[in-house]
Amino acid sequence: MNMSYEEYGKLVKKCSPNSPIFKTVPLSFLVGGTICAIGEAFRLWFVSLNMSKEHSGIWVSVILIFATALLTGLGVFHKIAKIGGAGTFVPITGFANSVVSPALEFQTEGFILGVSSKMFIIAGPVIVYGTIASIGSGIVFYIIELFGGNI
Amino acid sequence: MDIVISLIKAFCVGGLICVVGQFLLDYTKLTPARILVGFVVAGVFLGAIGIYKPIVDFAGSGATVPLTGFGYLLSEGVKEAIKEEGIVGILKGGLTAGSAGISAAVLLGILVALIFKPKKK
Repeated sequence: MNMSYEEYGKLVKKCSPNSPIFKTVPLSFLVGGTICAIGEAFRLWFVSLNMSKEHSGIWVSVILIFATALLTGLGVFHKIAKIGGAGTFVPITGFANSVVSPALEFQTEGFILGVSSKMFIIAGPVIVYGTIASIGSGIVFYIIELFGGNI
Repeated sequence: MDIVISLIKAFCVGGLICVVGQFLLDYTKLTPARILVGFVVAGVFLGAIGIYKPIVDFAGSGATVPLTGFGYLLSEGVKEAIKEEGIVGILKGGLTAGSAGISAAVLLGILVALIFKPKKK
């Protein structure tokens, strides 16, 4: 086959699959959106049962964490995560999976130094920096309030 | 009909927040762990400066289910705790607000480790 360098380049471009971004972005939108819509369906249901705004939000989180834990235990979650990408790990399902998955994985190292320490391998930093940020914002809120501002 | 509109709003806003994460994943060298930390801290910050609350009012779970919503929860917790208890609220508010989610994840992590066996790869 005789072809120039440029022609070959074009052929390669034509034959190789589209840049994954055309797949990953819509899929993460669909999967992430679906997870949030499921959460919203539960929230609306709880609100209709006269549950307070705060408590309904908490129960939505607990349900999604429970579902993630179950799917992780059954070995199904990583299959969804492969399709959904950021759509599965940006919602609270990702946080839950980051706790449950290493907890399961490190069983062999025991329940103290395996399960219970490894379950914070990603959740640890999330909690640490979330707490630090909340303290930082708390200091700012407090100063604003000291000077008579409304927070 | 209201329910359908609420679900669509949650779907779109939640989906868009996830797309931001996907762009960070595909176009930068950030690992998922760093993105999660970044989202929570961003949520605290956006909550503190008052940008995130209108998004929550608009999209409900579409804004609270992504991890930015967890950050928002922490900043709201601090705000309420300072209003009620003063300076000690700076230290109490954040983790108190996040406690239910963290406890649920820890409990289920232990339960899953007790019940299931790791899958052979």
